[in-house]
Amino acid sequence: MSLYRDLGVVLRTYKLGEADRIVVLLTAGHGKVRAVAKGVRRAKSRLGGRLEPLSHLQLLMYEGRELDIVSQAEVVEPWRALHEDLACLAGGMAMAEAAEQVAQEGEASGPLYRMLVGALRAMAHRPGPLVVAGFYWKLLCLDGAAPVLHQCASCGAGPPAARLVAFDIAEGGALCQGCRRGQPISPAALELLRMVVGGQLGRALELPASHTTNEVAALATISMERHLERRLRSLRTLERA
Amino acid sequence: MYAASVQELIDELGRLPGIGPKSAQRIAFYILKSPAEDARRLAACITAAKTKVTWCARCFNVAEGEAGVECEICTDPRRDSSALCVVEEPRDVVAIEKTGEFRGRYHVLQGAISPIDGIGPDQLRVRELLARIDAEGVKEVILCTNPNIEGDATALYLASLLKHLPVKVTRIASGLPVGGDLEYADELTLGRALEGRRELA
Repeated sequence: MSLYRDLGVVLRTYKLGEADRIVVLLTAGHGKVRAVAKGVRRAKSRLGGRLEPLSHLQLLMYEGRELDIVSQAEVVEPWRALHEDLACLAGGMAMAEAAEQVAQEGEASGPLYRMLVGALRAMAHRPGPLVVAGFYWKLLCLDGAAPVLHQCASCGAGPPAARLVAFDIAEGGALCQGCRRGQPISPAALELLRMVVGGQLGRALELPASHTTNEVAALATISMERHLERRLRSLRTLERA
Repeated sequence: MYAASVQELIDELGRLPGIGPKSAQRIAFYILKSPAEDARRLAACITAAKTKVTWCARCFNVAEGEAGVECEICTDPRRDSSALCVVEEPRDVVAIEKTGEFRGRYHVLQGAISPIDGIGPDQLRVRELLARIDAEGVKEVILCTNPNIEGDATALYLASLLKHLPVKVTRIASGLPVGGDLEYADELTLGRALEGRRELA
C-alpha cells in the first residue's frame, strides 16, 4: 500500500459500521476519491470534525484496493458560515451534490476542484443570490455543455433579425421565437446569463437579489438537472424547509 | 452443507448489521452448543421486544405497551416539563440520561435533515414538536442534534421555526472532549470551544 498527499473537499459522507464513515472527496490531483475514515464518529477521533461535508482539507491517504483510507487530515480554510447559516449550508450542499455527479473517479480534475473551492469560499464569505447558479453554469461549461447565448442554438438566427425568447439546455442554449422550447427567458436574464458565462462572474455575484437573478438561478437548476439527467435533491429538500 | 435449520439460522443472523457470513456461523454454533434454556430466552426476548415496543405517543422515544402509550420519561411526574431536549434518535436519549445532568423531557425527531439524501423536515417529527411547546408549557428547547452537518442543519432549521414562539431556544455546546488533546482538535471544534468559553469564578 502506498501513501499519497492531496488537497480535497468533502462532498458527502456515508456511515459505515459502528464508528467509521465513507467520505467522498473531490481532490485536486486524484479526481473523485472514495475513502474510509476509521473511527471518525467517536468523540475522541484524531480526525475529529474535519471530515464533515464541505470541509476543505489537506489529506494524507493510504491507497487501498477498493477504498482508500484517510490517514491524516488538516483543515485548509475553516468555513464556519457553512455550518452556522442554513442558507449557506443549503447552497454548499447543493453545489457539492452537483460536483459529485460531474466528477469521475480516478480522473484528475484540477479545474473542477478549484471551481468548487472558489464557490464554497464565496458562499462562506459573501453569499449572494447567484453563488450556486454561477457555480452550476460554470460547471455546465466545464462539462462540455456551455450554453449558446448570442444566437439561436437551433437555427443559428441571431439578433437583430430574431429575438431570443426561450432557453433549453438540451437544445444547446437560447432559442428564437420560431424554435422556442423549454423555459421562456427575459432579455434581462439573458444579458445576466451572458455576464455569468462570459467571464464577468465576479461582477454578477455582486448583484443584489432581483427577479432577474431569481430567473437565472431557477434556469441554472433546471439546466443542471437536465444535463445530469437526475434531480438535485439538496435544493428541493431545503426549499421546502 | 449444513442441516437446513442450521443454515437458515446462519442466514438470518447474517442479515444483522455488522455481521458477516463467518460471524453468523460462529454465533449460530455458539447458540447450538449453549443450553436450550439460553436459546429459548434469547428467542423470547426478541419476540417480546418486537411485540411490546412501540413509539411513545408524545416524544417518539421507544416505549413499551400498546400503540398510543407514553414512555417512562413522559409519564414520570418528577420530570421538569419546562425544559425540552430535542434529539435525533432514541439512543441519544439514553446517552443524555447517562450524564444525569438533565431532568426535563425529550423529543425524538427520528432522524435529521439530510439534503443530499432528500430527507427534509416533513419526514421528521417536527410538527409534533411544535404542538408540544404550547400544550406542555415548555420554556426552553435544547437542540441536541449531532454536531455534524445534518445535525447542524436540523438545529438551524428548528431554531428558525421556534424563533416565532415564546420559548428560549438553546443549542448544545460543542467543544473539546474530556481527556482529549488540544493539538488534535480540529479548527471548527476548537473555534467553537473558544467561542463558548466560560468565566471561572
